[in-house]
Amino acid sequence: MRILAGLLILLALLTGPALAVLPDEVLKDPVLEQRARTLSEELRCMVCQNQTIDDSDAPLARDLRILVRERLVAGDSDDEVLQFIVDRYGEFVLLKPRLSLRNAVLWGAPFALLMIGAIVAIVFLRRRRPEPAGPEPLSKQERAELARLLSERK
Amino acid sequence: MYAELGHFALTLALAVALVQATLPHWGASRGDRSLMALAPSSALLGFALVALSFVCLVAGYLGSDFSITNVWENSHSAKPLIYKISGTWGNHEGSMLLWVLILALCAALVALFGGNLPERLHARVLAIQGALSALFLAFILFTSNPFLRLFPPPAEGRDLNPVLQDPGLAIHPPLLYVGYVGFSIAFAFAVAALIEGRIDAAWARWVRPWSLLSWIFLTLGIAMGSYWAYYELGWGGWWFWDPVENASFMPWLAGTALVHSAIVMEKRDALKIWTVLLAILTFAFSLLGTFLVRSGVLTSVHAFATDPARGIFILAILAAVVGGSFLLFALRAGNLRQGGLFAPISREGSLVFNNLILAAAGGAVFVGTLYPLALEALTGAKISVGAPFFDMTFIPLMIPLVIVLPFGPMLPWKRGDLLGAAQRLSAAAALALVAALALYALEGGSLGGAAGIGLGIWLIAGTISEVVWRSKLGKVPLSETGRRLVNLQRSTVGMLLAHAGLGVTLIGIAAVSSGALEKIVAMKPGETLQIAGRTLTFEGMAPRQGPNYRDLVGHFVVREGNRVVAEIDPAKRIFVASGRQTTEAGIKSFIDGDLYVSLGDGAGTNAIVVRTYYKPLIPLIWLGAVVMALGGVFSLSDRRFRVGAPRRAATRLAPAE
Repeated sequence: MRILAGLLILLALLTGPALAVLPDEVLKDPVLEQRARTLSEELRCMVCQNQTIDDSDAPLARDLRILVRERLVAGDSDDEVLQFIVDRYGEFVLLKPRLSLRNAVLWGAPFALLMIGAIVAIVFLRRRRPEPAGPEPLSKQERAELARLLSERK
Repeated sequence: MYAELGHFALTLALAVALVQATLPHWGASRGDRSLMALAPSSALLGFALVALSFVCLVAGYLGSDFSITNVWENSHSAKPLIYKISGTWGNHEGSMLLWVLILALCAALVALFGGNLPERLHARVLAIQGALSALFLAFILFTSNPFLRLFPPPAEGRDLNPVLQDPGLAIHPPLLYVGYVGFSIAFAFAVAALIEGRIDAAWARWVRPWSLLSWIFLTLGIAMGSYWAYYELGWGGWWFWDPVENASFMPWLAGTALVHSAIVMEKRDALKIWTVLLAILTFAFSLLGTFLVRSGVLTSVHAFATDPARGIFILAILAAVVGGSFLLFALRAGNLRQGGLFAPISREGSLVFNNLILAAAGGAVFVGTLYPLALEALTGAKISVGAPFFDMTFIPLMIPLVIVLPFGPMLPWKRGDLLGAAQRLSAAAALALVAALALYALEGGSLGGAAGIGLGIWLIAGTISEVVWRSKLGKVPLSETGRRLVNLQRSTVGMLLAHAGLGVTLIGIAAVSSGALEKIVAMKPGETLQIAGRTLTFEGMAPRQGPNYRDLVGHFVVREGNRVVAEIDPAKRIFVASGRQTTEAGIKSFIDGDLYVSLGDGAGTNAIVVRTYYKPLIPLIWLGAVVMALGGVFSLSDRRFRVGAPRRAATRLAPAE
């Protein structure tokens, strides 16, 4: 029975795709490991389709995960690690595009849209301000006339 | 034989769609009733032909007719029956045929139930639907014909992509497509109204329920897709801001705005131009989604079409339909008369706010999804826009919407009393605040997570405050409260359910985003691990034979203390035909959340990598979506929406005179 179990696991070993983060990659220092995970979620696996290196089971993603951890162990800050990877793989690896002139439209658009929408809505609502409510109030003379007419009917 | 019949029916359907697209239009312009009368009959005939064609393709799959290229590429004789049927739309050609089938169904529904519409509007709406059908039928026939033959026929098929061999494929695409394509009805009405140059009461009474119906399907379709990704992909993610997900999310955001603005238009005769624009925009997003997914312009998990001819054809359709309708809008929108004045603080005002935020959020998703494509096309630079961007833009936009949401239904039409509404909501606000603070103090975790749960509670408690207010609980005798509760309009109940459902989803999202745990370890049989107060014991591995796959099943026992509370059996699945492998996660839902186990590689002798995730409250995400959809169903069942309801009420009243 044990042999069968061993064989099955061996089979899994031979055929399975490697899945995301593997136990041998995990750093001993939990703080560093947490930083590595956070960074991994901002880095794209370049041979995959819209997956982070944290989620991906591709060998390249594993290499990048290990690279990130090596840089962290070497004492790099988070930004230095990202810069290190960008220098080698280009900005394409960043899932959070940098705030640069080239990406100004991207980062500005959501809030610009909101602003434009708000201005249009305000202008639109102002323009359609309700007309003055009801006719003009009666003048003194008119009121006197009305009182006279009403008293006549009695 | 089936293939030729199906192909022939599809070709005929194109001819019928061309008739439907042109002659009734002409008839409406000339006032020729016999030409206008062509519209309903051609819509019904067109639907029958597309349905026949679809049945023929399904028959090809059921009979494993590998002389049909499409069947050979995507099926296998040993595939279980359900995947033979659902595999029909698990590929580019078949899914486009399903798309057109639903488009034709929408036209048939308008033909059947539109008898009470003004004659000319009815003819024009059907003509526009016919034009859409014609475009997409031409797309299928010229670039994506599912009925192409293969000679000599191979003995065996190449099998369906293993990831798609899942009950999810039977449910997710049809729901999503009914949602997507259902908005074509609102679109056709909008364009018809622009051509006619006027919008009357019949327009809003029609557009709102049909939009709501599409919205229900789209909500369920997106939720189903999210759940499918969660259990299938093996790492417990439920939303990835993948371009393909965004493609379905953009019409959802615009459609949600549409079902709200249509209320204003129906009740108050205001926001007409905006509602027409939203109806166009929602379907434009649907078409954009179809383009993104079907053209292969995105390289993502869902895009399995890579033929550039298709991309250009569908881009031309997109440009013609969207460009044409926007041009028409620009030319004609000025003709639509505005009515219904209102103050900023009013029900209308709150719905305008809702629309503003939803439109901006839809715009954010749109820009984030298309920016990398546009930048690469213009400058050649390649960048990625992923989850961090969407989290940083979408969430800040949603927060004000959620905060303001419970106020909306508390405000009366025309002019509202903000202070009164705030007083009625003070208990809900206090509850939400206390809950969020208590959660943060006791559970730790992130401030954002606690705030998100607080906002979810705010929505649910706000809904309850609304019920209390409407039923005058505590202010009138209980019997009166009971009577008021029973007499609540179904559309009100629907609105309350939908808003509370959003709160439920929000709690799930916040909890799982801030409180998820994971353990990735290599385990040998007999070893245990601790997660979220439970002990997981790895008992061993065993083989299992499926209909067209072999499983390697890991057996895990979950204990709380010494008590066995669950058994989890994740598997690695190898498909015999293709040799491809998938991970079948083992998931057990507890009251506090899910325990999610998936198997990785072997690691040394006898050991295997085991990924264990604890996902607090994650089922609430999908439960909330179901509650939202249920709210839609309630609203739809409101008697004012039922076709012919006013007429029946009139006859019932007659004897009393």
